[in-house]
Amino acid sequence: MVWVNAVIQGVLTGGLYALFACGLSLMFGVMKVVNLAHGDLAVVAGYVAIGVIAVTHMPVLWSIVIVVPVMAVLGYVLQRTVIQSALDRSVLTTLIVTFGLSVVIENGLLQFFTANTRGIGTGLALVTDSFNLGPQIQVAYLLVVIFVMAVGVLLGLQYFLSASKYGRLIRAVADDKEAAQLAGADYRHVFGVAAALAFGTVALGGIAYGMYSQLAPTTGTDTILLFAFAAVVIGGLGSLWGTLLGGVVLGVAQQIGAQINISDEVLAGYLVFLAVLVLRPQGLTSRRAQS
Amino acid sequence: MRSLVPAPAPPATDFRVTRSQRNVTWTGVVALIVVVVLARFPYIFYSGVTTIMVQAFIVLTLASMWNLLAGYAGLVSVGQQAFVGLGAYFVLILAIHGLSPFVALPVSAVGCGVAALPLWWLVSRLRSGYFAIATWVLAATVMLVIERFSSIGGGTGMPLPGFASLNPVLLTAYTYWAGLAVTVVALAAVYLLLRSRLGLVLTAIRDDEVAARSSGARVGMARMAVFLVAGAGCGAAGGVLAISQLQVQPGAVFSVQWTAEMAFATIIGGLGTIEGPIIGTAVYMVLQQTLASYNAWYLIILGLVAITVALFARRGLWGLVDERLHLRLFPVGYYVRSPGERSRRLTRFSR
Repeated sequence: MVWVNAVIQGVLTGGLYALFACGLSLMFGVMKVVNLAHGDLAVVAGYVAIGVIAVTHMPVLWSIVIVVPVMAVLGYVLQRTVIQSALDRSVLTTLIVTFGLSVVIENGLLQFFTANTRGIGTGLALVTDSFNLGPQIQVAYLLVVIFVMAVGVLLGLQYFLSASKYGRLIRAVADDKEAAQLAGADYRHVFGVAAALAFGTVALGGIAYGMYSQLAPTTGTDTILLFAFAAVVIGGLGSLWGTLLGGVVLGVAQQIGAQINISDEVLAGYLVFLAVLVLRPQGLTSRRAQS
Repeated sequence: MRSLVPAPAPPATDFRVTRSQRNVTWTGVVALIVVVVLARFPYIFYSGVTTIMVQAFIVLTLASMWNLLAGYAGLVSVGQQAFVGLGAYFVLILAIHGLSPFVALPVSAVGCGVAALPLWWLVSRLRSGYFAIATWVLAATVMLVIERFSSIGGGTGMPLPGFASLNPVLLTAYTYWAGLAVTVVALAAVYLLLRSRLGLVLTAIRDDEVAARSSGARVGMARMAVFLVAGAGCGAAGGVLAISQLQVQPGAVFSVQWTAEMAFATIIGGLGTIEGPIIGTAVYMVLQQTLASYNAWYLIILGLVAITVALFARRGLWGLVDERLHLRLFPVGYYVRSPGERSRRLTRFSR
């Protein structure tokens, strides 16, 4: 029974990891940017939510309505300024700039908010309550909510990209930005919109993690960025459903690892990641190897 | 009517191919003098100065290695802390088994070079951005594996044994000389590597990877060689770190901060030149020392400066110097001179 429990918990946390990963995947898919500051921006979103709740005393879930648009605007602005000018120079510059941002944000948070961990909405019934699925299986409502939200976000993104007019534009720009430009699309603006979407999901991921666990300045890299990346690689690059599968596999691997030895939770996840990298470098879902 | 056949070129024997415009000897003499003067430091200054210098040696060694990776091989590694940590732990393990840490240092560096081989095999299938995060995950994995062994301190680390019989003054001096030796060897290795055939391949990759591949350069092999050398170099720096701290703590030696420091120093000084990391390390040390009492501020400012330099002065501070003076302290390129001209640069492999 403990193993069934581990798998169920793993699948549910996998939703959270997929939420971390989809923004990373989207930015790479559309503008070929690997945003190394991805996780730190999620932590920023979490801290902003904590601040907003503390100042306005609004319900925790309502803070999402404020923080997600704020992060989306930040994403658009960052993409149109810093990231775009780095992209215009070289891939190397993009990596240097986003790594620089990551270090600056992390140490900035450390400087202004100390290394203390902070949670969002602790004491809220949604965060603390759980229900029983079996004799030894206790499922937290929050994890179910996060999982449903992650699937909803992925469904929404998938629908938006494949069926909407603007989604078509984004795919066109991702395929060939010069050709799209010739056909009248302003690819820089489209990149900005894609970054805004990605940052929106980053904000959701940061807030969700803040409710599920605790946020600290270092959470951004050692948890969110690395787990998101592991999920993307396990699932297969460039596929949103692959990302969900990758998140779930990572989550299950971690929970099973934790079941074997509580301190091996994270290591087990990384070992599965390395195994996929060696045995199936194209990921679990995609057929073609990445060029 | 002009002939379509070009006029015969002057006999090739009149051209001269040299490494440098000026005589290389003076650079060598100056380098030797600098090393000798630096080696005298423990006799001249108090230990406060030499301790700071050891820190500079560590950063300079790391930056030179990162420069080789990112500046020449096009490998942006964010996981070099894996080798800093491994280097520190190899010294610790050998010291536990009775070897003097100073003897363990070169062994540890070689060990890190060897350990880089399987790690390269794991990450080499990924490119650019994904390579960057994969090395980061790898560094985290290496740390988690090391933390499992309680005999070397587990998650909390342990003090470095083997210094009990050593006079503290001598210890500081030895540590300083070890740091200096590692840096000199690292810089000499980078210099000789870039002057070798491999260096030519690396310079070609730096300038245009596709062109290098189509000319038959074995890009994959060159990258692997650089990854192994950088692993050994960062491992040596990690060994010096362990000796200077007198203890090894997993969270500290495997911190991504090491990669941040080496990357920022390289970018600020100038990526893709040997001189760049030296200038960058100087800038780093000045910032770090002036802002020492303001905790993480030096890293924040360093990061902002690095972002600005990467966007607006891509060749770094040394690039600005080079543009005006055409100076080259470490000549790794070639100059072709025709008989009529004293120093026309026809081919300058360095940017």
